[in-house]
Amino acid sequence: MKQHYMIIDVALCFDCNDCFMACKDEHIGNNWAPYTDEQPRHGHRWMNILRTERGKAPRMDIHFLPMPCQHCENAPCIKASNGAITRREDGIVMIDMIKAKGNEALVKSCPYGAIYWSEEAATPQKCTFCAHILDHDPVLTMPRCAHSCPTNAIVHYLLEPEEMEAKIKEEALEVFRPELGTNPHVFYKNLYMYTKNFISAEVLVNGECFEGANVTLSGASAASATTDYFGEFKFDDLADGDYTLKVTSENLEYSTDFTIDGKSLNLGEIILR
Amino acid sequence: MNEFKKLTRKTQMTTGGPVFVYVDEEQDKIVRMTPMDLDENDADSWKIEARGRTFQPPRKTTYTAFTAGFKGTIYTDRRIMYPMKRVDFDPNGERNEEKRGESGYERISWDEALDIVTGEIRRIKREFGPGAMVIEPSSHHLWGNIGYRHSALFRFMNTVGMTYADHNPDSWEGFHWGATHMWGFTARLGNPEQTDLFEDCIQNCEMMVFWSSDPETNNGIYSAYESTIRRRWLKELGVKMVFIDPYYNNTNLLYGGKWFSPQLGTDSALALGIAYTWLTEGTYDKEYVKTHTFGFDEWTEYVLGKTDGIPKTTEWAAEECNIPAHEIRALAREWAKNKTMLAAGGLGGWGGACRSPIGMDWARLMVALITMQGLGKPGINMYSTTQGVPVDSDFYFPGYADGGIAGDCDNSAAGATFVYRMFDGVKSRPMTSNLSTGSGVHLHRMRLPECVLDDEVEWYGRGFVGASQEQQFHKYTYPAAGYSRIQMLYKYGGPHIGTMGEGNRYARMYRTKRLPFVVSQSIWMEGEVPFADIILPACTNFERWDIGEWCSNSGYNPDSHNQCNHRVIMLQQKCINPVGESKSDYEIFRAICEKLNVGQVFSEGKTDLDWAKQMFYASDLPTVISWEEFFEKGYYIVPVTNKAPSAPAFRWFAEDREQDVRGWISRFRPGDLVDQKGLQTQSGKVEFVSNSLKRFGHYDTDDKERPLMPMYIPSWEGHHTDRIKTYPLAVVSPHPRFTFHTHSDGKNSYVNDIKDHRVLIDGFYYWIFRINSVDAEARGIKDGDIIKAYNERGSVLFAAKVTERIPAGTCHCYESSAEYVPLGEPGNSTDRGGCINILTPARLMSKYASGMATEHCLVEVEKWKGDN
Repeated sequence: MKQHYMIIDVALCFDCNDCFMACKDEHIGNNWAPYTDEQPRHGHRWMNILRTERGKAPRMDIHFLPMPCQHCENAPCIKASNGAITRREDGIVMIDMIKAKGNEALVKSCPYGAIYWSEEAATPQKCTFCAHILDHDPVLTMPRCAHSCPTNAIVHYLLEPEEMEAKIKEEALEVFRPELGTNPHVFYKNLYMYTKNFISAEVLVNGECFEGANVTLSGASAASATTDYFGEFKFDDLADGDYTLKVTSENLEYSTDFTIDGKSLNLGEIILR
Repeated sequence: MNEFKKLTRKTQMTTGGPVFVYVDEEQDKIVRMTPMDLDENDADSWKIEARGRTFQPPRKTTYTAFTAGFKGTIYTDRRIMYPMKRVDFDPNGERNEEKRGESGYERISWDEALDIVTGEIRRIKREFGPGAMVIEPSSHHLWGNIGYRHSALFRFMNTVGMTYADHNPDSWEGFHWGATHMWGFTARLGNPEQTDLFEDCIQNCEMMVFWSSDPETNNGIYSAYESTIRRRWLKELGVKMVFIDPYYNNTNLLYGGKWFSPQLGTDSALALGIAYTWLTEGTYDKEYVKTHTFGFDEWTEYVLGKTDGIPKTTEWAAEECNIPAHEIRALAREWAKNKTMLAAGGLGGWGGACRSPIGMDWARLMVALITMQGLGKPGINMYSTTQGVPVDSDFYFPGYADGGIAGDCDNSAAGATFVYRMFDGVKSRPMTSNLSTGSGVHLHRMRLPECVLDDEVEWYGRGFVGASQEQQFHKYTYPAAGYSRIQMLYKYGGPHIGTMGEGNRYARMYRTKRLPFVVSQSIWMEGEVPFADIILPACTNFERWDIGEWCSNSGYNPDSHNQCNHRVIMLQQKCINPVGESKSDYEIFRAICEKLNVGQVFSEGKTDLDWAKQMFYASDLPTVISWEEFFEKGYYIVPVTNKAPSAPAFRWFAEDREQDVRGWISRFRPGDLVDQKGLQTQSGKVEFVSNSLKRFGHYDTDDKERPLMPMYIPSWEGHHTDRIKTYPLAVVSPHPRFTFHTHSDGKNSYVNDIKDHRVLIDGFYYWIFRINSVDAEARGIKDGDIIKAYNERGSVLFAAKVTERIPAGTCHCYESSAEYVPLGEPGNSTDRGGCINILTPARLMSKYASGMATEHCLVEVEKWKGDN
């Protein structure tokens, strides 16, 4: 049976918050029973935009990870819910408004922190993939977050699992925090921008930015690059580990060892002699 | 399964884009609003061929987060639900003016409110004569050509006989007061033309320099994320991008590219370092400069240090702006090597730097740099990617500055075209001003407190000086000869305190007997509304009829609809009835006029929908769609089939041809040019030494910040001042991302929940102040702490955001907080609301340039200790 999926491209998210506001617009003041109660006016982040700042000025970047309910195939919340949370045949994980009433413990069952407690409705709540729209709305055929996204960073798909498998391979999609083993239906492109690190520097020769130097990276992973017109290079997608960096140009050479340990590195100026 | 409500689709427009509004009519309730998906009956989109690819925009409009969350400001407990009177205000007895801002309010009826307001109007007119009643709207209130300030408000102002507090061009300042003297364009307040530049850019441009330009934050103006796709295409094509901004801004973070963070107030030094490199390495367009500039040799002597003994080398620039000299040289060389477009601000002009103490020199240096590289040649222009898409600008529909239902030719652009199309002079008449005219009464918005509190105030230039460079030098005094002083302030829309320099002045202005009567017509209880004597509850444009076009200002921002990928002209349909006892601005004005026996003159018996229909017939719309069809569908997309042939901005100038771009100058201001060739300047060329400044003849004496040619004048709010010793942190305060001016901030809206907008601490949503880890650590400040920023102008509480996006020594804090929450005496105590503008200077740009320079301020910061 076709399943609902979401693919989110970290490279295209710039924290515009259209998704976050569209979610509020849809759910605050609107009761979409039996799907979900009204979202409280403040506090909930059914679309939670996580943020990471990497490196140090001026060689830094900032990336965002829009994180809704992951709609896991192997959802810890379902296991903890005693039947109050179920997974529909089309893959959408739903909290039963009535059965879950009063069960605040369910909030803690989600390792992604995607379930929120509503004091007003005395019920746990979360993203439903806008299932009420997917099921009934003839105009909007996708979740509000995806419809509002100006860069198509968030795209909704309804696919057979095999089609999705092919897409995952083709587009190198990943899930967030795979170590949890929850098998989410939310997939990410360019996830490394949020989860991994980079090293960057500027190469100088005779006091000027040096374009065209060869830079090679070896160690925990390998890559090569040439410096741009500001003498800069950047290796991204680096896992934690030990690396060696070599910068060469004709008879000039520079080499250094470094360790990535959860942080991106701006090595500053490398003077090539 | 529940039955889902049947929803009706309506159409509405906002400062953050157009929306389809889905309404539950049975419950009189807005359920949702979304961007517009265009349908197969809507006109085709434009198409551009470039570098082997075809580019066509998505068939969907974009919106901003504050528009996506607009419902949170329609339905909120901060709405003013009924008219109110300050409890200790008695128009016939004790007024207790000094208590404004502290006293509470009591509910009164509309009749009672209107009686008090009209009673005061009659009294003031009889006792003080014209000019004593001042009306002052905020910038960018709601959207719609009928309800807008240039429209319903001006018609009311002129019907009743009130005086307008002139707005200063708060987004143009440096271009207006500076660049106009270098290249003219007064009809654009100094901004450059942008027509057909996207095609030129995507076909020819190799490098973009975004300088004080952050379109992903400010969206050009009103155009949401329409231009985002264009920058993505440019990136895909390998166009290099460089960002010069003290702050690692939201455009930079989306596209990557080299980031330069000049020390605050030193952008001019950086520009001169680039110019020096080009001059000494011979990498500028010498032939072009020879034929297209005036005074270039004299300026060259200054840059090379021959006149002042200081060569503006990259080392000299590096010292000033804290950017390594070799990086400045690399930027200069790469710029010269590539066909480069300079995005000097978010709209081909503008930019936060132009609203700073160095604004006039920065703007002029931007003109200087792009001129040196051959402004107008293919791929070389001042262009920010936000405008200049190939839509049909000849299809006529008025913008909001075209005067709407007022047709005020003195205070809007009505006289150019619109007024003759809108009013036949028999059945329908415009309503022009006899007070806010060249020879009438004037107040400068930035000097409003002084006009109330001081005996005499003087300044140069009447707000938006769009007529000529020379009129910037007209001197104004308050009170105007023969006229009375202010007796009444009719405040409309958003607050001053969060938007004008040294905001506490405005709070103090209210608390004096020199201002006997204050009305506030407002939708929300916020900012300085609780300083009024009478509060009249207005409604949003979602609660009334209007008509308007997306992004269309017209006037000083001609053809600005070419920011959007499609021209969207919209009937702004009334979605719900006004919330509570609120009324549309038009209906409030009408009710006052009726009590004053000028109701028929004001309204001509028309509703807002009647006026919208009259405007429909004043435009080109009836040639392509019937009123009935337009009424039903709610919008019209202008086809591109009749678009004029491509005429990129400045190409005519580069090629010494007759001016051929669309827009004001060619169509409505032919007198600005000689033989329709050359620029508006005296020489017709880009003037590195300005004849218009020379003619004024004061420059040997006392205009220190606007010399005859663009120079580096150290900022009077910068690191060379003595104040830096007491207030060592320099704050940059650009226009915000998640509210348009104060329009969407506060109001207990869920916009407050956006992580990069406000932070909830102990039950209060604090405005964000961004500080580098080094400065934070030195002060024992942690991320999320409540901090107090202060200087001699006041003190404000913020939530600290510790970040590397801003270098040590500089801080970042968007302006335009809607909230003003004084912890003690209003105007003289710490504000908890987050108005950085309490700390920014009230000083004008220079003695003769009456722009505001609120983008920079010096402060000290400490962890808040709970004091007032």
